[in-house]
Amino acid sequence: MSRGLTFLLAALAALLLAGGCARRETAVANGNRDGVLHFSIGSEPTDLDPHVVTGIGEAKVIHALFEPLVSFDPATLKPVPALAERWDVSPDGLVYTFHLRATAVWTNGDPITAQDCVDSWRRMLTPSLAADYAYLFYIIRGAEDFNKGRTTDFATVGVAAPGPHTLVVTLAQPAPYFLQILLNSPWRPVHLRSIAAVGDAYRRGIPWTRPGRIVTSGPFMIKEWSPHQRIVADRSPTYWDRANVKVNTIIFYPTESVDVEERGFRAGQLHITWSLPLGKVAAYRREQSPSLRVDPYLDTYFFRLNTRRAPLDDVRLRRALSLAIDRQLIAEKVLQGGQRPAATLVPPEMPDYTQPVRPLHDLAAARRLLAEAGHPDGRGLPPLEILYNNSEIIRLVAEAIQEMWRRDLGLDVRLVNQEYKVVFANRRTGNYQILLSDWVGDYLDATTFLDLWRSDAGNNHTGWGSADYDALMNRAAATADLAARAALLQQAETLMLDAAPIAPIYFNTHVYLQQPSVKDWHPSPMDHIDYRHVRLEP
Amino acid sequence: MLRFIAHRLLQAVPVLFIIIAVSFFMLRLAPGGPFTAEKAIPPEILRNLEAHYGLDKPLHVQFFTYLGKVVLHGDLGPSFKYSNRTVNEIIADKLPVSLELGGLALLVALVLGLTFGILAALRRNTFLDYLYSTVGMLGICVPTFVFGPLLVLLFAIQLGWVNASGWYTWQDRVLPALTLGFVFSAYIMRLTRAGMLEVLHQDYIRTARAKGASEVRIVLRHALRGGLLPVVAFLGPGTADLLTGSFVIETIFQVPGLGREFVNSAFNRDYTLVLGTVILFAVLIVACNLVVDLVQVWLNPKLKFE
Repeated sequence: MSRGLTFLLAALAALLLAGGCARRETAVANGNRDGVLHFSIGSEPTDLDPHVVTGIGEAKVIHALFEPLVSFDPATLKPVPALAERWDVSPDGLVYTFHLRATAVWTNGDPITAQDCVDSWRRMLTPSLAADYAYLFYIIRGAEDFNKGRTTDFATVGVAAPGPHTLVVTLAQPAPYFLQILLNSPWRPVHLRSIAAVGDAYRRGIPWTRPGRIVTSGPFMIKEWSPHQRIVADRSPTYWDRANVKVNTIIFYPTESVDVEERGFRAGQLHITWSLPLGKVAAYRREQSPSLRVDPYLDTYFFRLNTRRAPLDDVRLRRALSLAIDRQLIAEKVLQGGQRPAATLVPPEMPDYTQPVRPLHDLAAARRLLAEAGHPDGRGLPPLEILYNNSEIIRLVAEAIQEMWRRDLGLDVRLVNQEYKVVFANRRTGNYQILLSDWVGDYLDATTFLDLWRSDAGNNHTGWGSADYDALMNRAAATADLAARAALLQQAETLMLDAAPIAPIYFNTHVYLQQPSVKDWHPSPMDHIDYRHVRLEP
Repeated sequence: MLRFIAHRLLQAVPVLFIIIAVSFFMLRLAPGGPFTAEKAIPPEILRNLEAHYGLDKPLHVQFFTYLGKVVLHGDLGPSFKYSNRTVNEIIADKLPVSLELGGLALLVALVLGLTFGILAALRRNTFLDYLYSTVGMLGICVPTFVFGPLLVLLFAIQLGWVNASGWYTWQDRVLPALTLGFVFSAYIMRLTRAGMLEVLHQDYIRTARAKGASEVRIVLRHALRGGLLPVVAFLGPGTADLLTGSFVIETIFQVPGLGREFVNSAFNRDYTLVLGTVILFAVLIVACNLVVDLVQVWLNPKLKFE
């Protein structure tokens, strides 16, 4: 028996050793030499159909596969030509005429025409496709009516192709962010004929995005898609700017756990990770790791305060709560990932906008407001409840603020943790008091944060609404002059913050790891990556 | 025996029906739905989505439509989350991976568990017995999400012999199979030890010894058959559990198996994917239990097919 045991142990040891006694060359070292970028994209893409997907991970793949009309300069973030060689804007800011590049072709050799754009956007807006992000297109004249089924005549929508390479878009209102929004996945044209060859192009769920079927326009084309393993994209030989693409292959890895991803990075399997676990940020900072990257990100964390329910129907109490949050402490001591304290909702990166000046922390004012509301030192107030979802970061923030409100205002605050879909369901029905929330901007303009608080907005959920606020927002939307528009928006944000249906907490950052061999990696705050620029140094 | 099998299969029909019905309605009672997200969708778009997936019909109509498709066509429907994939496709993709990982882990578990279980029973109350029992206890106590990352730290990050995660080469199979197999081997070891100890004190073993049979022959021919009964009973649900994938192991090692889909589909309220995996797991558990019953009758002469 003991001989059998020895044999067994020897066999097991041999099995492991056969894997290679010596340290193997890592995927990263190999990739640096052969121009293969190993990139983690968080969760498995739900699809690669630019019209249907909503996630950031999907967008990272789609941005490699589909070319936008207009790209951006990584340094200045200003629009630069992509599919469109140049464009003209009418003086009232309503009509955009794009002149498409005649040399641009799809991976199947078809030229990319203005009609392809019209067909794509028609698909996006067709009600039967039920595209989640169709509302982003409502800035085009007539798009909302078509998408909501009030008309079935697409000619009423302000998109036309008067020539093979001329695309004319008529907006409902001047939108200074229009060129920038064209970077988002759903605005990137798709090849309708190849979709229709697989099934009904106007219904979701047809498998046209599989390798071998999918026809794309971007710098990379998909070669392999193994669900939950990897997506392999090779440099496209038909891409118009192929001479300037520096990487040969990108392999996208869906890695659902950030801890697994970090271990993969240390084992040399990944060039770039999706995100660094909060608990590890301090260690990477201490070691001054050259791999740690902190990028600005259009994401604000804040409390929604349910104004429909007593006692938070009292604006003085809501403002007291907001003023008593020590935002500096949360950003610097609790989070430690380069987050910045937020006294306002719109992040500081927003172009053509100046944030109103608001106090970050004012305990004296908070105590005074609390006393005015009839609750000096928190007397007579029932316990308050903070609702949050299962997330390490969110829990730490909620606990810190619970303690601040207890210590400084004398409030009895309880934490309620629910699974995230349950949180969203309770948010919709208004079944909460204080809800820890965040909002990631859809485009580079203050309205992507401020439109939320219109009284009819589907994502408001606070029960707060103000005719004055709506009027200011409407006036801003109709204003073409950038300075005047910015002033109106700032006025609106001030009005909203005074009424305090929300209490801003911090501006988030994107913290992740990147091997030093990756050069010219410049994601925009909107998470757009122009993969043409990226290089790998052996 | 055929009557026994037929009887058990007939019993399985109402069991499966109840499992499907309960899962279907419980899922719908859970707050939130497949389209509930951080950014709420405008109501018009939500209505279009619900119409696309038939969620606008009354619940009982949806249930019987679903049941009809499953029973008549074996069609588990489209996934809500992975919009261009069907549940059948996802299961066909992921089940072989889970079977492979589960099969390898089962092999590890049986080889380690049986060997050390028998050895511990034979050397009862010696140092070896205490050693094996301690390691077995550790195997049960140390969770896989601790043991797995420890192996990764040593073999992938420090030594650089294998990948930290992934499922591409045969080397990638080693750490997940060891981690998953080790935990199961601990249970098997303890059950084998207990089973063997009980049998080794029986009269027929003493008779065999008196006849001068060798120790190896006594263990392998006479004791093992009876001593394995508790292990076999455990292996029924245990095998089904192993083969259907492990959420933790698949997450730690980035294994594209079914266990992760099962858990995540519940979080995503991917109704069809949850039901598809539940049905598959239910069928597997019913099948494994049937096999275990057959094996137990074969091993234990006291049992009959009645």
